[in-house]
Amino acid sequence: MTLPEWMALAAALLITRWIMAALRRRYGRFFRHPTAGWATALLVFLSVLAVAAPLVAPFPYWLQIDIVRLKNHPPSWTYLLGTDLYSRDVWSRLIYGARISLAIGALGMLVALTVGTVVGAVAGYYRRWVDAVLMRGVDIGLALPRIFILLMAIALWERLPIGVLVLVIGLTSWFGTSRLVRAEVLSLRERDFVSAARAVGAGPARVIFAHVLPNAAAPIIVSAALGVGNVLLLEAGLSFLGIGLPPPQPSWGNMIADGQHTLLHAPWTTLFPGLAIALVVMALNSVADALRDALDPREEST
Amino acid sequence: MAWLVRRIAASIAIVFAVVTITFFLIRLAHGKPFIPGGDQAVDPAVIAVLEEQYGADKPSHIQYIAFLRQLTRGNLGQSFALQRPVADALAEAIPNTLILTGAALLLDFLLGLGLGVYQALRVNRLPDVVLGNTTLFIYSFPTFWLGLILLLVFGEWLHWFPIGGKTDPVLCPAVDSFRCTLDLMHHLVLPALTLGVVGAAGTARFQRAAMLEVARQDFIRTARAKGAPERRVVLRHQLRNALLTFITRFGLAFPFLLTGAVLTETIFAWPGMGRIATEAILRRDYPVVTAVALVASAMVVAGNLVADLLLAAADPRLRSASADVT
Repeated sequence: MTLPEWMALAAALLITRWIMAALRRRYGRFFRHPTAGWATALLVFLSVLAVAAPLVAPFPYWLQIDIVRLKNHPPSWTYLLGTDLYSRDVWSRLIYGARISLAIGALGMLVALTVGTVVGAVAGYYRRWVDAVLMRGVDIGLALPRIFILLMAIALWERLPIGVLVLVIGLTSWFGTSRLVRAEVLSLRERDFVSAARAVGAGPARVIFAHVLPNAAAPIIVSAALGVGNVLLLEAGLSFLGIGLPPPQPSWGNMIADGQHTLLHAPWTTLFPGLAIALVVMALNSVADALRDALDPREEST
Repeated sequence: MAWLVRRIAASIAIVFAVVTITFFLIRLAHGKPFIPGGDQAVDPAVIAVLEEQYGADKPSHIQYIAFLRQLTRGNLGQSFALQRPVADALAEAIPNTLILTGAALLLDFLLGLGLGVYQALRVNRLPDVVLGNTTLFIYSFPTFWLGLILLLVFGEWLHWFPIGGKTDPVLCPAVDSFRCTLDLMHHLVLPALTLGVVGAAGTARFQRAAMLEVARQDFIRTARAKGAPERRVVLRHQLRNALLTFITRFGLAFPFLLTGAVLTETIFAWPGMGRIATEAILRRDYPVVTAVALVASAMVVAGNLVADLLLAAADPRLRSASADVT
């Protein structure tokens, strides 16, 4: 494994640990939220479907079942969500598409979260010129018309590898997170336990990662849940403009994009992938909401 | 005043940085301008002549200096693909985008504010719960998908609204300007709904939270305690303070609207900036790309600046404090 892969793995483990710890401590409060339980169940269900795609999908995603007779077939018992222009089963493609879309969403968010957290923490911890330089960079990042920058960054490659797509999306999505983390770190670094850690000789890295950041976990986790949804929507938008994975490979975004040409004759090819995106993003927003309530020690209820 | 000057200077610096990044990034992209897509082959000699004519054969940093020199004279250069000055193309497209985003913003804020305040007044009762779930659902829609669905239902099935374009190409130049404006409005409904409804759902959620946040504070209790009528408490004390957070959202809405506009303009064939930009990037029309980045980032920065100014004007607590911030 290469260094970035190790770092991604370490970050994933760390974040999972935080979430687990937070859930264990507060799961009661988390599930008090009216829709959080359903949302979590939906996300788990879709993740299982995505992972087990070859087992649960009735047809392979590329299979043109019968291009003459089964083209644009409306939903039926055999073809649950109908078939598309090439007589491919929409339900199967949706399941395979979940793999790509959810993976891009989760990994893109992870990149954004890691970069945003590190930049925000460093800026907030060192303050002075480090803070000034980093935050002016963030100001520029927030003023970049993101969809144009993505289109341009993606134009750097002739054939776009999926890893690059994830990286590019992640690297243009961290600006908001870094502001959030910086604000949190700025207030935490003045606390007694941080001075205590410094007094016993802990280095900056240890103070930041072992003492400051764990206490800023709540807003970071909430923004992570929202981040997945945002990346998902962004990926869909890019696919819609024709930038994304090569043809037979389905993602929810490019399914919508392909469907628009047969919108009138086969609306189901457009309708269902969009609904899938909306449901996942909604579930993620619910989870973020519930996490915010559960992790916020300040207030009891809203 | 010094604060304002510094803010404006910082804003200009940000726009400058964005333009510079864009300028070099688009030139790093694979593929060259003047080469049409598909299987049309063009004589390399022709391309070389074209590149020389437009100055695209020189190294990037030389082009950059030339670009800056022209920019100081207010010249944005000549488009490679459109065979006209970039400024002309943008002057035509920007008003269209502003009409679309303006209508969407209006819908977003009016509907969003209304719903948010209404929900906050009925908090945790049936209307609030129903609206809360509805706005959460709509807020999660991909805008372009909603656009396609609206297009299908109201354009193709019900035929209530035209399916694309800004005005009817046959009708409009022939009739008087009043009927033309009506036609424009008719064409505007679906794209503006697409952009505005998703935004309104977000605004409603935001505004409800802001209202509830304010409701918890001491001065609301004081207002009630001194016997102010409920109407007055809600409108004068609660809503006014909740609007302060709303102003910040106004500034943040710009980038969202621009991004949304790119996709919405594509779906509804709306002749705006988003479509020009997408085309230009795909065709490597360098001058247009750079100019669009300039305009778009200026709009974002100006939006933030206006929001900050409005906030300072609306909140007396910030007026003295703003001198120290930034």
